[in-house]
Amino acid sequence: MTTPARATFAPRPGAAPVAQQLLTQAGMEARLMLRNGEQLLLALVIPVMVLVGAVQGAERVGLDLDGRPVDVFTPGVLALAALSTAFTSLAIATGFERRYGILKRLGTAPLSRMTLLGGKVLALLAVQVLQFVVIGGVGVALGWDGPDGIVGHLGVLLAALCGTAAFASLGMLLAGTLRAEATLAAANLVYLLLLGGGAVVLPAEAYGGLESWVTWLPSGALGEAMRSACDGTIDAGHLVVLVLWAALGTALTARTFKWE
Amino acid sequence: MPAGPAVLVDGLVMRYGDRTAVDSLSFEVEAHTITAVLGPNGAGKTTTLETCEGYRRAQAGKVRVLGLDPVRDRAALLPRIGVMLQSGGAWSGARAEEMLRHFARLHAHPLEPAVLIERLALDECGRTPYRRLSGGQQQRLGLALALVGRPELVFVDEPTAGLDPQIRRAVWELLEELRADGVTVVLTTHYLEEAERLADKVHILDHGRLVASGSPLELTRGGTVATVRLVVTQPFPPGAPEALARSLGDGTELTVLDELSLQVSGPADSSTLARVAAWCADHDVLPESLSLGQRNLEDVFLELTAREDVR
Repeated sequence: MTTPARATFAPRPGAAPVAQQLLTQAGMEARLMLRNGEQLLLALVIPVMVLVGAVQGAERVGLDLDGRPVDVFTPGVLALAALSTAFTSLAIATGFERRYGILKRLGTAPLSRMTLLGGKVLALLAVQVLQFVVIGGVGVALGWDGPDGIVGHLGVLLAALCGTAAFASLGMLLAGTLRAEATLAAANLVYLLLLGGGAVVLPAEAYGGLESWVTWLPSGALGEAMRSACDGTIDAGHLVVLVLWAALGTALTARTFKWE
Repeated sequence: MPAGPAVLVDGLVMRYGDRTAVDSLSFEVEAHTITAVLGPNGAGKTTTLETCEGYRRAQAGKVRVLGLDPVRDRAALLPRIGVMLQSGGAWSGARAEEMLRHFARLHAHPLEPAVLIERLALDECGRTPYRRLSGGQQQRLGLALALVGRPELVFVDEPTAGLDPQIRRAVWELLEELRADGVTVVLTTHYLEEAERLADKVHILDHGRLVASGSPLELTRGGTVATVRLVVTQPFPPGAPEALARSLGDGTELTVLDELSLQVSGPADSSTLARVAAWCADHDVLPESLSLGQRNLEDVFLELTAREDVR
């Protein structure tokens, strides 16, 4: 360290460049998410268990699927992973940030709310990259071939981005209006309900007469978009559904979010 | 930098429902000073400071910090001020040093975190997550977070609450160094000796109003007024303080501080002492201590904000 010519505490105020703030904030949030045992369980352990269990279970009971179980379930579990991080983890983390006054404290730093939100989104995406590598790896180990071609990979990326936008906006809506404990309960409950009845892991056609309804859910739209992408097609219709959910969630969050 | 006060509060009114928390409050904070804002709980200190920090919008009146409107000009103001919150405000899983480094990176020219870690003895926190830090450690981290961005002005809320005497002294020295280096410090505290020692100027609030303002010396000098402080071993018998007040006559003011102590202010001299001693004998009250002295800031504060005034 060089010896400063000025007095130690001589004022020299200024905000860091936005890009630096964004990366700092994203890095902190991603580290905290991965350090937290429950979050890690939700992000990696449960999806991997669901994938292995569903593939083996389907083979054992001879479930009637449109393709090999691993080809149907791996995209579904990728969708589940995006859902759990962008919705459940984000909602719970943000709920407790409000509760513990972290948003208030961050409000004393020269960090704009947009940069704070941007940092959160970046952290979510970083965690999702890790999830996709691990879950994709487990899928490949079970015999999955991966998304079909460049279009397939692009489709996965688009589905993940649109799904994250939709679920993150809904997660923030929950976290910004309910108490932290209520957010925790609601985020987990919604996760379980969508896991069972939201056409994420199981394809929409497995829901029989409800097929056309569940694909309007953000979970169903994300699951279908992810499955189409892995088959090598970009499913514009379901991506639009996700974008509409993101628009709705963002508009409601902007109106209702309480920072303290 | 614009000449003028670092903080200007002019006719501020803040209400919560029917309750008026801040009632036409006006005061200024001169740049490069330590200014203490004192008052009993519920006097409106926190509301006033949070309005200066931009957390609340002034309902009436005007607030300017470094010449800026804390709500409208928030983005321009935030890099220039540091705010120490009383508690909380950290991720429960984050470590002290990690939080401090994080805050440093949000600023353009931060202090080297190691300087604050050493000065505030935060190295003892090690890798302990925030939720397991002691109250005093959380307090010191809060101060470090307020300072790391090299602000021009810091709001410090109870900076030494719950600290041991040694660290309290280190915090005092730090605040004095801040002032010497050109930082304006706005301090709230419950420790009046802290305000008396550090502050260039003191503003005392009660019921949302400014009841006194001045340097600690100006506030305690108060002409010829001196005080007699009596502490007894048993609670005062009913009606006894009123009898003492009558025997002392006009020109003196008697304040019951609690059930075991009272204070007489006024032109106190040996005859006042004699009357108090005689009253003790009459009422079978055993004094533990009876002292005559110049008022300190605590006496002034208690007089100004006492809830129980005899007569």
